[in-house]
Amino acid sequence: MERTLSDRMNHDSYDDDYVRAILKKVRVIAMVGASPNWNRPSYFAMKYLQGKGFRVIPVNPVAAGQEVLGEKVHASLKDIPDKVDMVDVFRASAVAGPIADDAIAIGAKVLWMQLGVRNDAAAARAEAAGLEVVMNRCPKIEYARLNAELGWHGFNSGIITSKRRRI
Amino acid sequence: MTDSKPDFETLAIHAGAQPDPATGARATPIYATTSFVFDDVDHAASLFNLQTTGFMYSRIMNPTVAVLEERLAALEGGRGATGCASGHSAQVLALFPLLSTGDEFVASNKLYGGSITQFGQTFKKFGWTVKFVDPDDMDAVRRAVDEKTKAVFTECLANPGGVVVDIEAMAKIAHAANCPLIVDNTLATPYLLRPMEWGADIVVHSTTKFLSGTGTTIGGAVIDSGKFDWAKAGKFPDLAGPCAAYHGLTFFETFGDLAYTMHCHAVGLRDLGPTMSPFGAWITLLGVETLALRMDRHCANAARVAEFLTGHKAVAWVNYAGLPANKYNRLAKKYLPKGAGAVFTFGLKGGYQAGIRMVEGVNMLSHLANIGDSKSLIIHPASTTHRQLTEAQQIAAGAGPDVIRLSIGLESAKDIIADLDQALNRAAGN
Ligand SMILES: Cc1ncc(COP(=O)(O)O)c(C=O)c1O
Repeated sequence: MERTLSDRMNHDSYDDDYVRAILKKVRVIAMVGASPNWNRPSYFAMKYLQGKGFRVIPVNPVAAGQEVLGEKVHASLKDIPDKVDMVDVFRASAVAGPIADDAIAIGAKVLWMQLGVRNDAAAARAEAAGLEVVMNRCPKIEYARLNAELGWHGFNSGIITSKRRRI
Repeated sequence: MTDSKPDFETLAIHAGAQPDPATGARATPIYATTSFVFDDVDHAASLFNLQTTGFMYSRIMNPTVAVLEERLAALEGGRGATGCASGHSAQVLALFPLLSTGDEFVASNKLYGGSITQFGQTFKKFGWTVKFVDPDDMDAVRRAVDEKTKAVFTECLANPGGVVVDIEAMAKIAHAANCPLIVDNTLATPYLLRPMEWGADIVVHSTTKFLSGTGTTIGGAVIDSGKFDWAKAGKFPDLAGPCAAYHGLTFFETFGDLAYTMHCHAVGLRDLGPTMSPFGAWITLLGVETLALRMDRHCANAARVAEFLTGHKAVAWVNYAGLPANKYNRLAKKYLPKGAGAVFTFGLKGGYQAGIRMVEGVNMLSHLANIGDSKSLIIHPASTTHRQLTEAQQIAAGAGPDVIRLSIGLESAKDIIADLDQALNRAAGN
């Protein structure tokens, strides 16, 4: 779907359906800033998403060539030989611009910036190139929330339904 | 349902409780199990490292308790909640991520008496120091709170009742000193007041009272707004620094706005152990479903009883914030527009002896030490809960020799008033 600049997404709050559709169609995620250390947040997210059937390809120039959770680490998005559906930005907001440009260049369909990461200029460029954008959210938390797992830990999922949930 | 925000009554019935994934059971099942099987060793490791969602052991989390937790988080407008064994353990759990040995917090001196003892006496053994302040005097609160303060704790509608605290002002003072405001919302319940809408960061409950509602089960809860920036404040190393108990994991960085509630489960419940039982959670859930209906009736009955007592010749004074002449009525109108609760005190002209005759003379009201029951309750604090104190201490605690505390239930107001009337007349020797 083409989006004009006047038809901008609201990035302060997302419809559950928008996020759900993204997590449903995405299979391969390139995680920029993925860490090989097990106690880093990116490692948590990678391990969780793998467990939910996503393929997560780590991108981190400092750890390039190493293996994290069974996947080879690449130095940059452009080094990944496989098709990437979504780029997940585990880096500071200020450096999201070039990552967005790479995401556009490799033909990703979604640009996702982690909790605490927001770069409206990068988002606007990605949207102009036809990508869907999510900012300041964690795909692990959103997946858990939308699949009623977050409530297991006492969190407010914001979801009310009389339908039996998928497990 | 995802786009329009559901109302309180809807959340009270539905939040957290979807049909059981395994069986389709519509009512919330009681998961009476201590433990949950792992798929494999890797799954177990992920769970122990907090890397994935799921159940391990019911000291830390349980599916039935989780339904109540999500329900209470939704009703308070919070991000997450932690169920626990009692209101008192909720207070320990709420402060545990914030304080270490040698740390200080500031608390209202108009709290439930058990909280005054817990904070002032027992917490000394943890090396936690409380500074009590009079919440009627915001300048005194401002003077007491400083950079060393790790939390400010108050009730808004306070037990033994009548007192209403200006929590919006208190939140501003706490935030200016980079610490969170914790509000014990037991007496108001989220139906009458949602402290987070006025700036509170954490809410604690004794679910023993109005939430479960029928005097059947002891329980508590800690609810977090998810809005406090634990890193920016620079004085909460348990949340914003590496956690040795989890190999250097940093809760706030890893879990963001979920960090405080994760810590309450993964460290607080895990290592202190005051867990709510699934059966207790289930009973409490039954109560919460009807909270809105019950609180309306509790408040309406209490208002009628307060009015009746005001006009009774044996009564010296009535301290109910819903009465127009009450000194807290302005604050009650601001914070509690739906009603000033159902727990309050009044004084007998006949003093101590009349107080004893009064609690012994009731036929339907129950003479016991609890509040927030469907049954109307009465107590004479000076001869029971506050018996150990000197008369001066009793008066300071709002429990002087002439004081009677009521918790008005859901019987008909006519019958409650009739029982009080005959007991008052007998106590006055008429
Ligand atoms: C306002 C308030 N907070 C806390 C508590 C303690 O709760 P529990 O008895 O569930 O431990 C009580 C109990 O009376 C209370 O009234």
